[in-house]
Amino acid sequence: MEWEVVIGLETHTQLKTNTKIFSGASTTYGAEPNTQACEVSIALPGVLPVLNKQAVECAIKFGLAIDAEIAPRSVFARKNYFYPDLPKGYQISQYELPVVGKGKLTIQVPATKHSEAYEKTIHITRAHLEEDAGKSVHGAVEGMSGIDLNRAGTPLLEIVTEPDMRSAAEAVAYAKKLHELVQWIDICDGNMQEGSFRCDVNVSVRPKGSDKLGTRREIKNLNSFKFMQQAIEYEAQWQIDTLEDGGKIQQATVLFNPDTGETRAMRSKEEANDYRYFPDPDLLPLAVSEADKARVKALMPELPEAMKARFEAQHGLSSYDAATLTASRDTADYFTAVVQAGAEAKPAANWVMGALSAKLNAEEKTIQASPVSAVQLAQLLKRIQDNTISNNAAKQVFDALWAAEGDVDAIIAAKGLKQESDSGAIEAIVDEVLAANPAMVEEFKAGKEKAFNALVGQAMKASKGKANPAQVNEILKKKLS
Amino acid sequence: MTNSIINASLAQLSQMLASKQVSSVELTQAFLTRIQQHNPTINAYIALDNEKTLAQAQAADARIAAGDAEALTGIPFAQKDIFCAKGWKTTCGSKMLANFVAPYDAHVISQFDAVGAVNLGKTNMDEFAMGSSNETSYFGGVKNPWDFDRVPGGSSGGSAAAVAARLCAAATGTDTGGSIRQPASLCGFTGLKPTYGLVSRYGMIAFASSLDQAGPMAKSAEDCALMMNVMAGFDARDSTSLDRPKEDYTRGLSAVTGSQPLKGLRVGLPKEYFATGLDAGVSKVVQDAIAEYRKLGAEMVDISLPNSQLSIPVYYVLAPAEASSNLSRYDGVRYGHRTAEYDDLLDMYMKSRAEGFGAEVKRRILIGTYVLSAGYYDAYYLKAQQIRRLIAQDFTEAFKQCDVIMGPTAPSTAFKAGEKADDPVAMYLQDVYTIATNLAGLPGMSIPAGFSNGLPVGLQIIGNYFDEARMLDVAHAYQQVTDWHQAMPKGIE
Repeated sequence: MEWEVVIGLETHTQLKTNTKIFSGASTTYGAEPNTQACEVSIALPGVLPVLNKQAVECAIKFGLAIDAEIAPRSVFARKNYFYPDLPKGYQISQYELPVVGKGKLTIQVPATKHSEAYEKTIHITRAHLEEDAGKSVHGAVEGMSGIDLNRAGTPLLEIVTEPDMRSAAEAVAYAKKLHELVQWIDICDGNMQEGSFRCDVNVSVRPKGSDKLGTRREIKNLNSFKFMQQAIEYEAQWQIDTLEDGGKIQQATVLFNPDTGETRAMRSKEEANDYRYFPDPDLLPLAVSEADKARVKALMPELPEAMKARFEAQHGLSSYDAATLTASRDTADYFTAVVQAGAEAKPAANWVMGALSAKLNAEEKTIQASPVSAVQLAQLLKRIQDNTISNNAAKQVFDALWAAEGDVDAIIAAKGLKQESDSGAIEAIVDEVLAANPAMVEEFKAGKEKAFNALVGQAMKASKGKANPAQVNEILKKKLS
Repeated sequence: MTNSIINASLAQLSQMLASKQVSSVELTQAFLTRIQQHNPTINAYIALDNEKTLAQAQAADARIAAGDAEALTGIPFAQKDIFCAKGWKTTCGSKMLANFVAPYDAHVISQFDAVGAVNLGKTNMDEFAMGSSNETSYFGGVKNPWDFDRVPGGSSGGSAAAVAARLCAAATGTDTGGSIRQPASLCGFTGLKPTYGLVSRYGMIAFASSLDQAGPMAKSAEDCALMMNVMAGFDARDSTSLDRPKEDYTRGLSAVTGSQPLKGLRVGLPKEYFATGLDAGVSKVVQDAIAEYRKLGAEMVDISLPNSQLSIPVYYVLAPAEASSNLSRYDGVRYGHRTAEYDDLLDMYMKSRAEGFGAEVKRRILIGTYVLSAGYYDAYYLKAQQIRRLIAQDFTEAFKQCDVIMGPTAPSTAFKAGEKADDPVAMYLQDVYTIATNLAGLPGMSIPAGFSNGLPVGLQIIGNYFDEARMLDVAHAYQQVTDWHQAMPKGIE
């Protein structure tokens, strides 16, 4: 039987606010345990929550970015369960009425050996605000478990999709796209190692052609795209094998073990909690007016789709190039800065996607940390454009810039890379080359086009690579005609 | 001097302090001496710290000497043990918090501190404010100063007994279903539950968040008005706190003069509040008070609150639901009672909570957990919320016909300790006339209106939202022509 994999994602996005969602405690990562746990964070008797407006603004931004309906009135609810890292014995979340309703996100699924690249629209069911829990720390004190409540109350936006994805590749493409978007609109730092962006993946399988969903298992807390890919692939195959062996899938929460590459059930849903959700009486319903939305909209950066279209129209870039440059906000910002510093758009795009990107990848650096600044790259491109240096020489200059050997013109001067554009001097070189290579001249005249290129090569060599190749071509043609 | 001090109004005490007839230290010491003498019997206070208290009195004297005094500077108050007070044991009447020392001040506490008032100590209460007799307190019952065999009412039983026995100048309380007003009725003093949202709940240990409201418990309406000036006001730390301009609750009191000061006032008498279940003696006192109000110029209007009989069932769905969640934080992990020995996490939770909570608290956690459970939520919690709106609408309709509503505060006078302790439903019925105002968020007060068989009886006055100043004027008018509010229990002079 042919099987279809059905995937939906729930992503916990930690919002980039200075303070916690319901208190004034700091959200800075990595502080000593319990030093960022105020009376509200540790749920002392009598404390009350007050909603952080910055967190609401983040949620509105996200809603606007995915073209979703933003609820004029949404409600905070209590999700009740006992756990040592949950100080109140309930989590404040949104249940029936989330702040962000239905929206959508278009993803680019990359090509593989078996398929071409394609676009797909993923439907977002909802996104709601909630607080994070603290952390249990095992082993810090011999034989005991510790609780660190620094993270308790950190604002999260939980983003839930429809079961729209049909492969691990689609799920990863969605997660990457979402990861980029939340950073693009500056609501999340995207740091997956620190848990700022965590995905739960619901996976089920069904016979191809069926419109009924299979029983799903939820893979919890995936914090890298690589693990996500591996976990989904393993889980889907496990489910298919189980069904084909005549087994049944039990709804369950599973964990992915990166060491074994396997998923394993941690608890079955039958023994799951009844969370006894009810509206939190300590918080008023959250009202978002048209004016609030307009105010946040004014703060929004140009979104990737709009920027891509603009790059195509304004700079004449191909759809592929425009998509690549807008795949991340940092890349787009860098490219824009290169163009603003006076470089032509097309060569700028080629250099950003080519030499720069290759070097960054090789040294595992982000574009923000690029040793070659946008202004330097623009200067370099200008020197190509005004014929000061050749493309080949430009690569040497780029490497020198990377190694911080000085500014563009100083490097060109120091390395003697300025190309020869004096036609008299080039003509003299060409004459020498023609005189020294009569055999090649004969070959060319006999109709061998290749001999022409060989003569150009000789001329370039004779000029130590500094002659302007276009001029060499031109003069050589004239002399041979 | 002691008698003139302990029976003095807050305004009189303020005057005595300002004119240096008495210092705050002397005043405070006088009450501390009375507490030392009577508290072992009455059990009104469960935390005392004379050193802290007298330090506050000294600071108040310095402030008075510096000419920086406000109306309540230097006056000693009792604080219900539901309010967190920095450095004070704050137990909420529970074994769960028997050793909890609050590291921060509740809004109400800081408001009193800011005006230089003196904290005499923390008063006994039903555990987590769940009770109508103070018998659910882990720290033992409180004696009604009018009859030591009887309960003071609850949950603010300690504050009630402290006010009635003159063990403080006045006290604070909280009222979720009647916990200020019912004890005020049973102990014979004036108590006010303000409009929901008027007094910040920050630092007030939560029982049922959508119903809890702090208010004054004092000898007279005038005293309550002075305390409201300190307690009410916007606090950004409580999302349900109402951001409205500060009011002077005493502003209308001096205009209450002449033979018919309440001429034109329309008083609504809900027929449901005078039906079966009301004690005959209580009924007579209330009728007499209404007659007195007629004399003061008020016009009586018959009204109906048709859904009021649903208040108790609705309350006993909603309040336990909220409480079951509010009390989840007492898990033995970070503070509060933790069982001595346990096998694992679940065992620690179960034993800590089983040992730390009393029977009534457990009962309400169970009820609350049940009504919020999947499959029961719609039938109980959601339905109760719908009826809650109908109850509020009843009042909206009623206030089209009248300015204030009057009736009994409690169905009976103080009952004997143990009498209802094993019958939760009989106990719950103590709040039959008070609960609807909590559900609607309206202000309500109880004023002493006379005696039945030697026990005090309260008259309840319910006002429209934010109409506390008018209610206080109405109560003050009565207290100008009657002296029930000045009566003092015998044997504790």
